[in-house]
Parts: sequence; structure tokens; C-alpha cells
Amino acid sequence: MKQGLMTITENTPIARGTFRLRLAGDASAFTQPGQFLNLSLPGFYLRRPFSACDWDGDSVLIIYKVLGQGTDAMTALAPGTRLDTLSGLGRGFRKDRAGQAPLLIGGGVGVPPLYRLARELRGAGLPVRAALGFNTAEEAFLVAEFEALGVEVEIATMDGSLGVLGTALDACQFDRASYFYACGPTAMLRALCERTGLPGEMSLEERMGCGFGACMGCTVNTVTGPQRVCKEGPVFPREVLAW
Amino acid sequence: MVDTRVSLCGVALDNPVIAASGTFGFGQDFAPLYDLNELGSFSFKGTTWLPREGNPTPRIAECPEGLLNAIGLQNPGVHKVIAEELPRIRQVFRKPVMANVSGFSVTDYVKVCELLDAQEQVGWLEINISCPNVHGGGMAFGTDPKMAAQVTRAIRAVTKKPLIIKLSPNVTDITEIARACEGEGADGLSLINTLLGLRLNLKTRKPLLPFVTGGLSGPAVFPVALRMVWQVYKAVKVPLVGIGGISSAEDVIEMMLAGAAAVQVGSANLINPWACPQIIRALPDAMARYGISRLSDITGGAH
Repeated sequence: MKQGLMTITENTPIARGTFRLRLAGDASAFTQPGQFLNLSLPGFYLRRPFSACDWDGDSVLIIYKVLGQGTDAMTALAPGTRLDTLSGLGRGFRKDRAGQAPLLIGGGVGVPPLYRLARELRGAGLPVRAALGFNTAEEAFLVAEFEALGVEVEIATMDGSLGVLGTALDACQFDRASYFYACGPTAMLRALCERTGLPGEMSLEERMGCGFGACMGCTVNTVTGPQRVCKEGPVFPREVLAW
Repeated sequence: MVDTRVSLCGVALDNPVIAASGTFGFGQDFAPLYDLNELGSFSFKGTTWLPREGNPTPRIAECPEGLLNAIGLQNPGVHKVIAEELPRIRQVFRKPVMANVSGFSVTDYVKVCELLDAQEQVGWLEINISCPNVHGGGMAFGTDPKMAAQVTRAIRAVTKKPLIIKLSPNVTDITEIARACEGEGADGLSLINTLLGLRLNLKTRKPLLPFVTGGLSGPAVFPVALRMVWQVYKAVKVPLVGIGGISSAEDVIEMMLAGAAAVQVGSANLINPWACPQIIRALPDAMARYGISRLSDITGGAH
């Protein structure tokens, strides 16, 4: 974990209610896809956690959806604004478990952390498939970026306006996959575990107080007892979760 | 050269800043960030007789200048705390640590305190009779003077360590509870625990927290904490630990002027992991600015 001031260089809408925010600053604390940062926003007491979509030596990219007062206020932040940031938080995806045919499953704002994972898996020479689910065509994002990595992308929308009708799970071909990496709404992740016996891991979302393990606000029950989503997670192998 | 040293129930502190229970775990999440020995001390996560998994999530709701929490005393239980956490604390912290204890019956409190009393690392027992986030215990002991007295008396009988009772602000007259604890042999009082609060989700029209209510902490409660420390200082003779929204060296000074011998920093740790050392490092300059040469001199100075 690193603390520092990061400067907004881009804050633009990329789909309905969805924004891309790029922060310039020291991103060296990020070591695994699936890790997150915790942003302090002007006028709000608690920080806001966002998974890193991608990063390089001196910037990090997040994609956020307007879901409440904090993310609504974020849309008004202009380039040049400096935000106090805790970066490199949490335990990310375990790339060494991918096998020969990893399947990435993302629902809505669960899609962004899978982008960096896809990039690293492709970098390791693996064929990568992704099933991405959105509410509707207008809310779809990152599809072209995944395809540009050479990822075979299947889309699902809840209204059928793009790709297959249904959730990301309805765009999955589990029998062709060696392992899954998933991020999305809890209901989707639970349904995923019911639908397939495929080994895999999931990035969980939970309301956080601190984001670095101090407050016990974001606990999830596991087979070895309660664990912290922000510290032992947010990514947990499916066999660890007591679902 | 200013002197930040204070004494709490006969135990010397290099400075009055103690990280508050429930915001600091057992210290391990902060130990990689700074030398914990910079702290006056820290009060570890509220410990019960049996392990507790805590409340369903979400457990956190934001508020203006603060937050509600309904963690529900998640902790590994006193046996694991002694077997695993205290040895790990010893690796990173060489000063006396404050042991925060919670329970659901007088017997619970006594059993946990008996075990912690035997631990040389423990400098003080801080008894939480004020947790608003569990059913059937916790705060019930802190809102009735008779029960507060009964718990204090029972624990006093099994420990020679400095005994600090952590008081609830969710009462009509906090001085009545304070006097009841002092009367049964408490060596000190810490106050305040969180204020009972509520937030609703406008979309679902239901409480944001599945536990319904939560404890409010953060700068929002600082004036309330200050007022209660002021009142209790006038009502008892034992030293007080001032808690509630402290986020700066100036807040520390203000709380001590109201009557605190030492302070605890809680929520500030959650939004800024380096809050405690930053406050401690800022103390000498702040003291100089307000003409304070010995911090221990100012306790109750506003009265």
C-alpha cells in the first residue's frame, strides 16, 4: 500500500453512467491485476474503493459507474484535481492458476479489473476468452479494448440489445475453459458457482470502511472463518468461500 | 523543548495518543506503515470469551464528517488473542498495550479479564460496556448504573491491572454511570464509545445496515465527546481517556483541556492510516503555539 496525491488527467464518460478516470502519480504499489485503490473525495469522509483497470509506471486507470452521491460528485472533478489516494490495495488474481484456456467473466463495473488480467494473460501467450455482461448496449464498455488484446469476447445484455440475452453467465462456454476469473454483482457470482463446477476465483465487492484491513467492515465468511475483502481479498478462490 | 509525556493510571506514556479499539485491529495492519512504538499505546480489538464472526454486511455507512459502523465485535476470542495476537504484538510493540474487553454477561467479562490479567504485555484493561452493535449485552451494562457497578466490581476482584471502563454516550446522564464505576474501584474511564445512529437507503426505503442501527464516530461526534469529558471530569477523580473524532494535535489539546489525561484516536486511522503518528509529530509545534511546555499540566485546564 502506498499513499500519495494523484492528479486527474482524464475524467470522461465512456458509456451511459460510466466514466473513465485516469490518475497521474506513483502507481508502483500495484503488483497484481485485481488490486484496488481507495480515493479520498472532496466533501466525503470515507474513501471510495475502485479496482484498477490498468496502470503503467506513472498512472492508473479506473472505470466507475455513478451509483451514489460519491460517484456522482466524482463526475464533476476536473482534470488537474489532486486526490489523496491509497494504492496497491488487496490481494489480486492468481495468474498461475489460469491453465491453458482461462475464461474471464465480468458483469457491469466488474469488468474493469479483468482488463489488466486479460492483458497479462495475453502477455504470457495464453488464449483468453471473456464473457462480459451489461444492462443494455448503451452501458457496454471496454469491449473493443478487450478485442484489441486478442481476447475472444462474448457479450450479454439484460435486454438483448447487444450480444446474447441475459447475464454474463449466459455468454459463457464453461466446457471450453480451464479456469474462470470473475468479477461482478454478488448475485451473479453466486449463480456462477451454482451453474458450473469449473475451478476459478472471484473478486468480491463489499462496502468498506478503511480498505486496508483495520475496521473489519468488509468481512466475508470463508471455510477458514471470516476474512477481510479488502485485505485477504478482494479476490478469493471459489473453494475458499463458504457459499 | 516541550514535554509530551503523560501518565495514565500510573503507567507512563511517551505521549497521550492511543489508537482506539476497533480501528486498529491487533496492530498488524499498521506495523508495516510506521513504528508502532511512536504511539502512546493502542487499544486492541474488542475481545470476547468466544470467537465472534460479527454482523452481516454491509457494516459501514457514511455520514457527514463520520461513519456508522455495526461490526458486531468480530474477534478471534480471548484464547486465540493470547496465544496468537499477543506474541505478534510483542514483535512490533514493546510498550504496554491496552486490552479491550467485551462480554454478554458478568461472568464473560470476568473470565476474559482473569486471562488477560496474567499477560505481562497488557498495561490496562479497558472494559467495553458500551458496544451498541450487539444484541443482549454490551451497551446494556453501560446504560444502567447498577449494572455498570456490578461489572466493575466483579472485574475489580480479579485484576490488579489498571481498570478502565469505557462509557456509552447513549445515556441521559453519563456522570451517573461514571460515578458508579469509580465507586466500585475503576482506576480510569474512557469516553465516549459511538453514538447510536441510523441511515436509510432512499431507493429501498430500508435501513442501509442490516443490523439497522450503527455507532456514529468521526469528527461529527467530537463536540459531544468533549462535552461529556467536561462533565465527567467534574464528577469523578479518576483519570479520563478522551475519545471521539480526534483528528489533529489541536483536538488532542482541546480534549485534554476539557479533562482528559490521555486520548484515543479512532476513525481518523481508517481514512488516514498514518493519522496517529502525524498527530503525535504535530504535538510539539501545537503545544509551543499555545504556550504549553508540559502536556500533562493541561488536563482539565479549561475548568
